[in-house]
Amino acid sequence: MQLKKPKKIRHALTAATCGLLGVNCSDSLGEEGDWSFDSAVLYYSEVDRVTAVEPVISATRDFGEEKALNLKFVFDTLSGASANGATPSDQPQTFTRPSGKGVYTASAEETPLDDTFRDNRFALSSRWEQPINRDYKTAFGVNFSTEYDYSSLSANANLSRDFIKRNTTLNAGLSLAYDTVSPEGDIPIGLSSMVIDNGQADYRSEFNASRGDSEDNKDTLDLIFGLTQVIDRKTIMQVSYSFSDVSGYLTDPFKIVSVVGEDGRPLEYRYEQRPDARQKQSLYWQVKHQFETDILDLSYRYFWDDWGITSHTIDLRYRWMLDGRQYLEPHIRYYDQSEADFYRRFFIQDESLPDHVSADYRLGNMQALTIGMRYGVALRNEQELSLRLEYYLQSNDNTESVIPGILNDMELYPDVEALIVQLSYKF
Amino acid sequence: MSVKLFLVTFAVVLPLTGCANLGVEPWQRNVLAKPEMQLISDPISAGLDDHIYFSKEASSGGRGFAGGGCGCN
Repeated sequence: MQLKKPKKIRHALTAATCGLLGVNCSDSLGEEGDWSFDSAVLYYSEVDRVTAVEPVISATRDFGEEKALNLKFVFDTLSGASANGATPSDQPQTFTRPSGKGVYTASAEETPLDDTFRDNRFALSSRWEQPINRDYKTAFGVNFSTEYDYSSLSANANLSRDFIKRNTTLNAGLSLAYDTVSPEGDIPIGLSSMVIDNGQADYRSEFNASRGDSEDNKDTLDLIFGLTQVIDRKTIMQVSYSFSDVSGYLTDPFKIVSVVGEDGRPLEYRYEQRPDARQKQSLYWQVKHQFETDILDLSYRYFWDDWGITSHTIDLRYRWMLDGRQYLEPHIRYYDQSEADFYRRFFIQDESLPDHVSADYRLGNMQALTIGMRYGVALRNEQELSLRLEYYLQSNDNTESVIPGILNDMELYPDVEALIVQLSYKF
Repeated sequence: MSVKLFLVTFAVVLPLTGCANLGVEPWQRNVLAKPEMQLISDPISAGLDDHIYFSKEASSGGRGFAGGGCGCN
């Protein structure tokens, strides 16, 4: 006997999907089972910092003959605080909000966090897959996302070719993206000093003088070349090379860097300034192997860019089948990154500022560890429910040769800890 | 450079040279055809993870396109 409820949900979602797209899906509504849905809610929460809740729904319709359409909606709600890049001090510190209206403060010895961080993001992506003939397959996609101060539009195409009884597949993909950033209070002029409202009469004109355009853009070209190889009946492997060329406004308009005196106390804060171009490359290797019933999934990525960052990422999952329906999947991921050439934790008075500067800890020397567990259970009618719990820890290393005065007593590189919870339901 | 060279050799050349002796017949694909044996068996989780790590780390891409499509402060 078929379950009635999931079918009703399926129909409602199909109608909603078609309605949102403005297309007539009456034919597909009449064919039960052609659409399949995959959904999840992610909860991501950092200790004392950002919290995000992210529901996702993905709908796929199989048109037969390996033709398929996939639509995905993501809604992302973010709140909390984010490190602004400034150093802590033994005195309370005051910073101007990005809008220029009002201030936020950091207590003595506290990592300065911008607590004005709040955003909702909505993303829609679509993908169409279609074979050209027996050996060649294509896929095309369009993605759009919008949030309060940011929007992104991208299109991608992928071509793959099967060889040797489909045991070897080569693929090439191209993606072009156009992003627009329009921060509250306009874009700060890179390396300019943060103007703080101390009651001075001409505060507003001073603040405006530290601002440039109201919006700027970023263009991204991504290329990916991959090889997938079936090794044996239970093993498959993939290697790929990807190249990404990004140009335009790559600075974070909300980040600053402290200029401190010989005693380590802040004298002023300068808005960060990153280069306006970046080329990223990576090599990726993944293998998947089924033992008796359990499945091992191991991957490694080597990443490098022309900002001087290199990184290694190792990811291991082991799906431990408890019985025919349930599994537990432990997961461990280790990430190690070297800093960008222009990353500095702070500047000391009289040091000349280079053209490019950022104190964003995400560009510093960093290690990150993710440890988690997933429980999944297969239900009737090809439905599946799963829950994952993960702990994420980021640690940064000091690379400053001289640490002046009070900064020796401050925590310049606090760890960032986060909890990741995800509930998924396939139906 | 030596690390890169090693990785290129390990990741690309080794599997390529072995391709001729690898693989299965079409009727031997029962295990590989399972959804959980696909290289990305859970695209939603993969997408969510990519979004988290793109936002919190300086690297992106590898298994898919590196682009982000978010402000990610």
